[in-house]
Formats: sequence, structure tokens, C-alpha cells
Amino acid sequence: MTTAVQKKYDHMYGKDPYSIPLEDYDVSQPELFESNTMWGFFDRLRKEDPVHYCKDSENGPYWSVTKFKDIMEVEGNPEVYSSEPTISLVEPREDFKVSMFIAMDEPKHGEQRRTVQGVVAPANLARMEPLIRERVCGILDSLPVNETFNWVDKVSIELTTQMLATLFDFPFEQRRKLTYWSDVATTVPAPGALVESIEERQGILINECLPAFTKLWNERVNAPPQFDLISMLAHGESTRHMQPFEFLGNLMLLIIGGNDTTRNSLSGGVLALNENPEQYQKLRDNPGLIPKLVPEIIRWQTPLTFMRRTATQDTILRGKRIKKGDKVVMWYVSGNRDEEVIDRPYEFIIDRENPRHHLSFGFGIHRCMGNRLAEMQLRVVWEEVLKRFHKVEVVGKPVRNYSPFIKGFSDLPVQLRPL
Amino acid sequence: MSKVTFTLFNGERQTYDAADGVSVMQVGKDHNVPGIDADCGGECNCATCHVYVDEKWMPKVGMPHDAEEAIMSLNPDRKPNSRLSCQIKMSADLDGLVVNLPEFQY
Repeated sequence: MTTAVQKKYDHMYGKDPYSIPLEDYDVSQPELFESNTMWGFFDRLRKEDPVHYCKDSENGPYWSVTKFKDIMEVEGNPEVYSSEPTISLVEPREDFKVSMFIAMDEPKHGEQRRTVQGVVAPANLARMEPLIRERVCGILDSLPVNETFNWVDKVSIELTTQMLATLFDFPFEQRRKLTYWSDVATTVPAPGALVESIEERQGILINECLPAFTKLWNERVNAPPQFDLISMLAHGESTRHMQPFEFLGNLMLLIIGGNDTTRNSLSGGVLALNENPEQYQKLRDNPGLIPKLVPEIIRWQTPLTFMRRTATQDTILRGKRIKKGDKVVMWYVSGNRDEEVIDRPYEFIIDRENPRHHLSFGFGIHRCMGNRLAEMQLRVVWEEVLKRFHKVEVVGKPVRNYSPFIKGFSDLPVQLRPL
Repeated sequence: MSKVTFTLFNGERQTYDAADGVSVMQVGKDHNVPGIDADCGGECNCATCHVYVDEKWMPKVGMPHDAEEAIMSLNPDRKPNSRLSCQIKMSADLDGLVVNLPEFQY
């Protein structure tokens, strides 16, 4: 039955974008992202119907906002376009309402965010950089040369997981649990997938993840304040009295926020440089371009394809009448290919003039809190990779996620070529 | 035409001419002043062009508007004289303006 329901909504995959009437478009179908064939559909939307109404999908009707400037407009008006009740397409269930500040409006969003912002403040990052570099070197030095391995698993996941364990001061030897919970929270439930149902997901998060963190919370709330995220939440004025589901929600936010995104940019950068060998050569010739390479990778990958808002009132966007309560999806993945704002958007160029002018971190009051941490991690990785290897060579077909939200990879077979 | 001075975090001062109506952020970007990132391009939407207005100039420059305040209030380094430089438009009134750069942009 489930399969039949899903099949009803996969009519886009494998089709020419111009063979389907715009009124039947549903760009949220995961098959499009798994096959990396969503681009043509977004191109057509930007040209012909940039604020598009999808009349039905697996998650009901929703608006797609596909142009860079329109996305900025939506994101710049949080009173009209609310982040509550959720920033994903799936409506929260009545019996499992996790709440996190990414999905809150003011004033609560700001209060909670300010409590944890300090952990990724640039001054703190500068203090953390030597430790991050040490861990990056440790991982890179352990890799086999001229032998095929999965870059996603051995580098991208391992590194981001080590960083998360550091930020949470989570037991280091158990750090892969963080990756596992993040994956559980973001996997689209399907037969054979990591979780097969929403119930299974909830069970794992409530019975495994929450108790593990509650234990850490209890240890730290009674200890002097430390500079890790759990301690900051436990001692923070606006977070110390969080209810269990609110605690769980904010944990998941920080885990997912620091996990999938950086992980998939670490993989996406390797693939992009392989697909653009002249850019890879430019980078080898001038490692000083790394600070510009990093934001270009983040634009190119757009590891989170969208954020959703909900209209708090009837409003008009680009002439379209949006009704109170409508879901409005800001497709960063589309805005990052909008030629009106980005010069030659389909080219991967590692020395762009203004490379941080992209949508991958979002804009406005909900703009990614960890953006400088992410950039620092990517910068350190590429600095150390260039010191060691002539090329990280992609030697097989990448396997992409079955998700319209988390744009990334589960497998990227590579071989390392020594200097 | 008026002048605006940027004091970098290391104390170095850089002074530039600014046409009327041009934002302080734009002047900084045009001259590659380090520490003015302006990721959103001047839409009051990212707070990466944060500056501290020289106290003497605060009465003339004025306080941040609501949207600016909303995004700046999330910055741990925010001070009473914090402004987003994309929201300060140069004019004869502001000839000689001095803004100080923070250590980092968030």
C-alpha cells in the first residue's frame, strides 16, 4: 500500500522537463535528487513560473520559490513567512512534537540561539583550529594510497563525526552514534531504508538518543559550566528549563546541522574538482585559492536543498497570491543556479569574485549558525589534502541520497594519487 | 562627495571618498577593506558587514531600524554602537565618518 502511494508521486523521474505541464510539477520527489536530474525542472520553473504552486505531493500542496532574490525576500520577512511549526515539508505529528530553534519565531528563536552561538564564534573557532587540523591530519595519514575506498565513509563522515564529538564533548569512542542518530532523523522512511517507518525513527530517538544525552546533561548541569554545547544548554538562562522533546529537538538540530551539511560538502568538493580538472590544476598551482574554493564548493553542493516557511497571513509574492497557512519552500538549490545573480552558475569556478554570495547558508535571522565552522573544516581539509596528494581521484560512480532535502552521497569511490 | 574612514581591528586606518547615497558597506567592498564581507550583497540579511560606529558619530548615524536590530541582536559581539554598514548611506552630513571593524564577522 505504501509503495502504491509513493508511486503516485514519482511521475517526474526520467522525464524531459518540458514534457510535463507546469501545473503537474512536484520538484520535491526524491527520485529527482537521487538521480541528480532535478536541474532542468528548476531551470524551467525559474524561467516560466518562478513562484510555483504544486497542487499535490506526498506532503500535500506547497509553493516553490526558485529565484535567488525571491528567496531573500521570503527569508527577510519572518513575520509573514514563519519558521513554525516546521522547516521541513513533512508536518509534525501531534504525538511527537520536537521543537528546535530553527523552527521557532521570535522572540524564542533568538533567545535560544544566543545561548549556543558562542560555541561557534570565530574567536572560539580560532582556538579549535589546531585540534581540528590534528584530527584531519590523523585521518588523512591513515588512508591507503592507490587503493579504492569510499571517501564518504573514511573521510567525510569520520571527520564531521569527530568534530561533533568535540563540540558536544561526547564520549569519543562512541562518536559514530552521533552520525547514526543524524541519519535516523533525516532518512526518508521506506522499506529497506535505515528506518522503515516514522514510528521506528521516533523509537530510536526517544529510547536511545534522548537518554544518552540526558545522562550527559545531568552530569554537566551539576558541574561548573564548560565550553561544550551540552554544558552551554544546561547552564543557559533560556535553555536550562527545556522540556525533553525541546532538548531532543535542539540536539537533533545541532547534530544534523553539523553533520550532513559539512559531510556532503567534503564529498561534493572532491567530485566537483574531478569533474573540472582545469580547476583542480588551478588549485594545485595556487593553494592560496582555498578560501575562495570553499564557499564555491558550498554553493555548488548546496547540501540542504531548501528550507520551508509557512505564511502567517495572505500575501503576494511575484504576483502570486499566497494564502495564510500555505507551505512556502525556498529552493536554495535552484537559487544557487540563478544566472540573474550568479555569473555562469553552472560552472564550478574556484576563484570567483564574490564567492560567499550564495544561498547555501540561508539568509536573515535563521542564517546558518555554524557557517564559519563549516568553512574552517573544509579549508583545513583542503590545505592538508594538497600537502599530501596530487589527486583525490574519483574512480567509480557516486551514489546519491534518496532525499529532496539532504543533498549528498552515500558512496564516492576514490583512489589517492601521491605527490 | 564625502569621506569615510575604516579603522581595522589591528588599528590601521583607511580613508576613502564616497559618493552621496552609497552605503558604507559598498565603499568598503569597492576598496577591499578587510573585514567587510557583505555576503548577502547589502540586503540587511546576513550581518556580515557589521561595524562599530565611532561614538561621536552615533547621533548623526542614528540607531538601527527594526529589521537590522533583529539580525544584529543574534551577534554575541553586538555593542550599543553596532550598525550594519550596508544600512548607512553616505551624505554630506556624514562627511568624515569613522567606523571601527570588529575582530570577526559571523
